[in-house]
Amino acid sequence: MTALTTKELVRLVIDGNPMAVGRAISILADRRAGALELLGELYRYEIKGKVIGITGAPGAGKSTLVDSLIKAYRAQGRRVGVVAVDPSSPFTGGAILGDRLRMQRHATDPDVFVRSLASRGELGGLGPATAEAARVLGLAGFDPVLIETVGVGQAEIEVMGVADLVLLLVVPGNGDEVQCLKAGIMEIGDLFVVNKADRDGADRLMGEIESLLRLAGRGDEVSARIRRTVATTGDGVTELIDGLDALYCAYESDGNLARRRRSHQARQIKAHLVRELTLRFFDFDEKTQFLSRAVDSLSAGEGDPVTLGRAIIDEFVRWSQGEEDGAKSETHA
Amino acid sequence: MRRIRILIAKPGLDGHDRGAKFVARALRDAGAEVIYTGIRQSPKAIAHAAVQEDVDFVGLSCLSGAHNRLFPEVIELLKEMGAGHMVVFGGGIIPHKDWPFLESAGISRIFGPGATVDEMVGMITKMAPDGSRLQPPAE
Repeated sequence: MTALTTKELVRLVIDGNPMAVGRAISILADRRAGALELLGELYRYEIKGKVIGITGAPGAGKSTLVDSLIKAYRAQGRRVGVVAVDPSSPFTGGAILGDRLRMQRHATDPDVFVRSLASRGELGGLGPATAEAARVLGLAGFDPVLIETVGVGQAEIEVMGVADLVLLLVVPGNGDEVQCLKAGIMEIGDLFVVNKADRDGADRLMGEIESLLRLAGRGDEVSARIRRTVATTGDGVTELIDGLDALYCAYESDGNLARRRRSHQARQIKAHLVRELTLRFFDFDEKTQFLSRAVDSLSAGEGDPVTLGRAIIDEFVRWSQGEEDGAKSETHA
Repeated sequence: MRRIRILIAKPGLDGHDRGAKFVARALRDAGAEVIYTGIRQSPKAIAHAAVQEDVDFVGLSCLSGAHNRLFPEVIELLKEMGAGHMVVFGGGIIPHKDWPFLESAGISRIFGPGATVDEMVGMITKMAPDGSRLQPPAE
C-alpha cells in the first residue's frame, strides 16, 4: 500500500478496494505525506452520489437508525458508505469510536463501508476529514454516504456544510419539544424524524414539529418533511428512504442541490483558509513571541486585547511581506 | 506525527466484555483512537472492520478458550486483505502453554490476567508505526 503512487491509489479506490479506501481516508485525515496530491486527484472527479447527514442528541438512536437504513438500502441493491464521527477527549486527545458496534452485522458485506472518525478537537466540530472521507467513499461508488455526527452543539451546524440533506433525529419524552425551538435547529434539518415512535408522546412531538414548520411558513412542506421510525424494528425506515429520495429529487430540480453544493465548497475553502492562516500565524508567533509580549503588556495594565491584537496582525502582515520579498530576491540571485 | 488507531474486538461466542471495554477506555486515556466492535464477532467481521478503519493495532479478547482457532484466523484474513502490517495482540484467558503457538501464528503479544495497562501502553509505544504516537504533540 505504501509503494503506490497517488494515481494508483485513486484507481484502487475507484475499484472499491477496501484497503485502498481505508488508507486514502487515513492519508487525508492525518494529512500524511501525499495528502494534498491525493486531495487534488480526488477533486478531478465529479462525485454524483448523495451525502446524507444524520444528527440529533445522544441517545436519539442515530447509530441504530443508520444500521436500519443500511439494511433497507441494501435491500434495494444500493451500496452504502458511512462516516461515523465521535468526539475526541479534550484532555488526552484519544477517543472511543463506538458507532460501528451497532452496524456490525453489515461488516462482511462488500457493499457497505463504515469508517469511524474522531472529531480531533477541531474548532467547530467536524474538521475537513469528514467531508474528505465522504468524497473518498463517493468515489468508491457508495451512494448514499451517510454521515453520523456527534449531535451536540457545533457538529449539527457543521454537518450542513458537508451533506446534501440533513436528517434531524428527535425522540419523544426527551424534552425534544423544547429542543426543537432552539435557535437554528429547525433550519438545520431537511427531514425531521421522530424515532422511538412507539413511545408515549410520539404523536405530540410530531404535532409540535408540524406546528413549528407552519409557524415558519413551511406548512405546505409538512408531509414531505416529517417521518416517524422505530429504528430497532425497522418500522418506518422504508418510508424514510422514500422521503429522502423524494426530497433529493426535488432539490435537484429546483436548484437547491446546486446552491447547497456551492455553499459547501465555499465553506470548505474558507475553513482551509482560516486553518492555514492560523497555522502560519502561529509559526510566525513561535519565532517572534509577539503574543507573549502582548500578554505581558496587558498583565502590566497597558493596552487592551483589541488594540494589542491588531498590532500583532500588522506585524504578521509586515513579516509575511518580508518573507515573500526575501523569497523573491532569492530567486533573482 | 499522527494518532494511533486501535481496534478492540471479541471473536467467537464469548460474551464477557468487561475486560475488553476496560482496555478500550485505558487506551483512549493513553491517547489512542479506539474502535470497539462489541461481542460475538466473526474473524471475517473483525478483519473487514480493521481494514475499513485502517487501524495500526488489533486487540483480540477471548475468555472462552477458542483463541487457538480464532486468533490465527483473524491474522490470516488480515494478510489476505493486504493488512498484514497490522500488529495483532491478544488478551483474556489464554493459558501460557498456548502462547508459543499463538506467537508463531503472528500474535505479537499476549496480555493475560494481571497484565497492566502500562505494559500494554509500553508495547504500543514500542511497536507504533513510523510517524505515529499515542499522544502526538499538539499543532
